[in-house]
Amino acid sequence: MRETFRGTRHPMHTDREEPSLPSPRGPLSAAVRDHLRGTGPLPRPEATASVPAWGDDLQLALYQCYELHYRGFAGVDPELEWDPGLLRFRAALEERFLAALRAGTRVHDTVEDAVADLLVEPVDGTGVSHFLRDKGELWHLREYAAQRSLYHLKEADPHAWVLPRLWGRAKAGMAAVEFDEYGGGRADRVHARLFADLMTDLGLDTTYGRYLDAASAETLATVNMMSLFGLHRSLRGALVGHFAAVEITSSPGSRRLAEAMRRTGAGPAAEHFYDEHVEADAVHEQVVRHEVIGGLLEEEPHLAPDVVFGIDATGHVEDLLAARLLTEWRAGRSSLRAPLEEDAVRESAAHTS
Amino acid sequence: MPNSPSDTPRRITVQRQGPLLVEGPVEIELEDGSTVASDRFRVALCTCRRSRRFPWCDTSHRARR
Repeated sequence: MRETFRGTRHPMHTDREEPSLPSPRGPLSAAVRDHLRGTGPLPRPEATASVPAWGDDLQLALYQCYELHYRGFAGVDPELEWDPGLLRFRAALEERFLAALRAGTRVHDTVEDAVADLLVEPVDGTGVSHFLRDKGELWHLREYAAQRSLYHLKEADPHAWVLPRLWGRAKAGMAAVEFDEYGGGRADRVHARLFADLMTDLGLDTTYGRYLDAASAETLATVNMMSLFGLHRSLRGALVGHFAAVEITSSPGSRRLAEAMRRTGAGPAAEHFYDEHVEADAVHEQVVRHEVIGGLLEEEPHLAPDVVFGIDATGHVEDLLAARLLTEWRAGRSSLRAPLEEDAVRESAAHTS
Repeated sequence: MPNSPSDTPRRITVQRQGPLLVEGPVEIELEDGSTVASDRFRVALCTCRRSRRFPWCDTSHRARR
């Protein structure tokens, strides 16, 4: 029996315009989908112990729960966002995921140490952006964009949730950076819009949620971690640490990706997205380090270990994603669960010729 | 107008290492007389001269190892 507020609303109210529910990847994600459709009961919370925390099934189950807080799904009652049964099940999924994050993350002793390590650029980097800059072909870039579209089409949204949990310098700094992420008041400069333009250059479908079925579990985990940190006030320190890690590492990484886009002739919007991030994130890094982290720890110094955890957990989930992408690509295989559409490939080829 | 926002001094943050942080919008005149502009809420101006997007900071000042 669902304890929603349906009684006060239209009885059949559902979202119609939003993305389709994804295909399940196991029993948990299937049960969440059925619950969202109103056709099945949720398993007991203990059932979450039976699948791997980093696997497709748990990550997709969690992703579906979180998506109700962003845009929802077509045909799903938006009130299910606050369905107590679903929230209870989500809490069990979160507990598994958070425990795996804490177990897998090697944490620095201090915020200063964690930040200092991020501020050193490796001379011989081996990450995804290095691979794409040096060897990336158009099909790699298209796959990378499809994977990352899960975040970039909601860029900055998970971080906006932290704003009411901050005050003073931290709030002002965070709001200023978010304002920049949202285009400084101009819709055509919203970073999610710039990413959609990049996808168009690469011949991809810019529909929100279009590549959810294709995305790897590791990609889902990167977005789930942001949602987890963003939705829980108790994890505000981790959210700030995570955001700092993204902003500090983004500028040099974006430069390599901009070079990859230029070398492959991906198109002007594809180059612009990463060029903009080189410049914007060189500023954001400074504001996040000095104002947001500095301001937060001035007010709440006891959150320092959470900030460190957020920084290092970000490194951990990004490393897992990088390992997955590079393993597949080095073997000449697709990193996606579903191949990209052929028509778009031809369009893309035409675009770059 | 004594209290109009335009009379507020523009804040510039200096650091021993790293860019100058200037409240935007800004217009920068380069050595050759050309100008570049940014209406970002704050801009980071390169001081190490290594930026490939000079005068904007691109984090090239960072240590490498």
